[in-house]
Amino acid sequence: MLTPSYIAQQFINALNMGSIYALVAIGLTVVYGILRLINFAHGDMMTIGAYLGLAVLTALALPAWAALLIPMLVVGALGVLIERLAYRPLRGAPEVAMLITSLAISSLIQNGATMTLTAQPRPVRLPAELTQRVDVLGVNFAVMDVVIVGLAVALMIALTLFVQRTTLGIAMRACSENVRVTQLMGVDVNRVIAVAFAISAGLAAVAGVLWSGKFGLVDPFTGFVPGLKAFVAAVIGGIGNIPGAMLGGYLLGFAEVFFVAFTPPQVSGYRDAFVFVLLLVVLLVRPTGLLGAREVNRA
Amino acid sequence: MKRFAPLILIVVVMGLAGLAQSALNDYYQRVLSVIAINIILAVSLNLTNGYSGDFSLGHAAFMAIGAYTSAILTLPARTKAVAMPDLPPWLAQAELPFVVAALVGAGLAALVAFLVGIPVLRLRGHYLAVATLGLMVIVQVVALNWQPVTRGARGISGLPPFTTPLWAYGWMLIAVAVIWRIVHSPLGRAMMAVREDELAAACRGVSVFRTRLLAFVCGALFASIAGALWAHLITAITPSSFSFLITFNVVAMVVIGGAGSISGSVIGAVLMTLLPELLRRVETTLAIGGQPLYGLSQIVIALMMLAVMLFRPQGLMGRRELPDVLGGWVGAQRAPSPAPAEAAGEA
Repeated sequence: MLTPSYIAQQFINALNMGSIYALVAIGLTVVYGILRLINFAHGDMMTIGAYLGLAVLTALALPAWAALLIPMLVVGALGVLIERLAYRPLRGAPEVAMLITSLAISSLIQNGATMTLTAQPRPVRLPAELTQRVDVLGVNFAVMDVVIVGLAVALMIALTLFVQRTTLGIAMRACSENVRVTQLMGVDVNRVIAVAFAISAGLAAVAGVLWSGKFGLVDPFTGFVPGLKAFVAAVIGGIGNIPGAMLGGYLLGFAEVFFVAFTPPQVSGYRDAFVFVLLLVVLLVRPTGLLGAREVNRA
Repeated sequence: MKRFAPLILIVVVMGLAGLAQSALNDYYQRVLSVIAINIILAVSLNLTNGYSGDFSLGHAAFMAIGAYTSAILTLPARTKAVAMPDLPPWLAQAELPFVVAALVGAGLAALVAFLVGIPVLRLRGHYLAVATLGLMVIVQVVALNWQPVTRGARGISGLPPFTTPLWAYGWMLIAVAVIWRIVHSPLGRAMMAVREDELAAACRGVSVFRTRLLAFVCGALFASIAGALWAHLITAITPSSFSFLITFNVVAMVVIGGAGSISGSVIGAVLMTLLPELLRRVETTLAIGGQPLYGLSQIVIALMMLAVMLFRPQGLMGRRELPDVLGGWVGAQRAPSPAPAEAAGEA
């Protein structure tokens, strides 16, 4: 059972899961850094992305890259719209108000999808060139696995460059340090927040397409649990911190996949419980996460 | 007159419940019982979410504990021998009356809340919300995987249908009375002080952590009772009976009714039970393109929550109670709720 090729396959699997968790966690963290909002509707952006990706592949019959790009742009715009309509009016309200709003939006998306698209899971069939399997040194994996990791890493590099080099990116980082002071420096905070939501939702949409492609299914609740787990990933890395979200995503991916791969079947069923126990342990031992040392007040 | 108001209320409620039980058909009895169960859930969640200001999303977890405990303890030994052959002998033999089983479940839920609360209540705000949601996921996963005791995804069916309107409203009155007493006692004032300003509360000698923990444990206890009532009303439970959906709906009741008001939670619970019940008929009868509108009632609840957040964030009642609102009715000279919280609620 524990052959080198089995371990290597689990390793690839973990890299896959980790890449997707990282993409989702980055989105959560970017918004949290500025607004101190844990967006419960974030996972549902994945769901919408996954459905759009499916529609692009089947109804429009466009190539695979379009199934990534179109959901990313559309859901990114949707994120901006939701921020404008639902979250902006609540700025300055108690933090629980935005939390409740995000819960309501999450429910709205899940049930809206149930009503219009039915709760029935839909199969997602990838183009043949992606499902093709490759054998490298006895390790067997699909082209899709490489695409997931490669795309995630590329997006993360692009985001890092954006945040480090561009004026808007620097303004974003300034906002996560202190919104009010940034505003006093003459930065249009509303614009920065809109960009943060666009990035957040866009990355979630890509993650949703990848997730549904990997597991071959999409239903109205597809994104909910990965969205929650991405929060765990973000907390592990230190929420509000982009490199932390990447690190946390991969750590969680490895922890979860290895837990399932290397425990007996009667134990591996507890994988979701394991993830949340992990969250509780991290919150208690190192509440600010691995890379987040600054935020002392966890209000 | 004022002194007898609660007594009159109890007699009237129980009288009506008894009447409902003898006169109404099964469907209406069931809806009425669900209302009572939801009132218990909303009022108990309000203790943590509204009065102590800890936003918990773990209510369904404690419901599940109550439901499973009561189910396993009340099922006849003969049934258990067939359905759950791997139960430990002492559990397989147990055949307890409904009240005792519900109380055991409540004790268990309170114990879990206490043990989990010690680490989890060190967190605040969002972190607490997600950690309690995590608790819910953990309980669900355990219910799904602990095959010998919970039968896993198959769930437990054929439970004795103990829950009648009389049972449901009896427990509801107990829950509301106990929580009303807590809220209007020094402990309740301590909770509100913690909610408003933890540091100030601590300076006035309030043990902040103990107060939050007590509110959490007490909320869990009644959630568990509601879970037991629910299990013996529906007579079948599975791990997915106690999902995020339930928690979300209870949170909606508290938020829409007004966090920090017991009558608000009662109103929220009644409203949020009847409205989806009415819409459920629409879901199946009204159809667009031949497709039933499943999910419509949840969409309406979500939209109501959004509207409340945008236009009336304090909820329908805010932090006032019904007697405050009704003014001179049943002698309201003695203001029942503490003034400082009220002033803050109006601010």
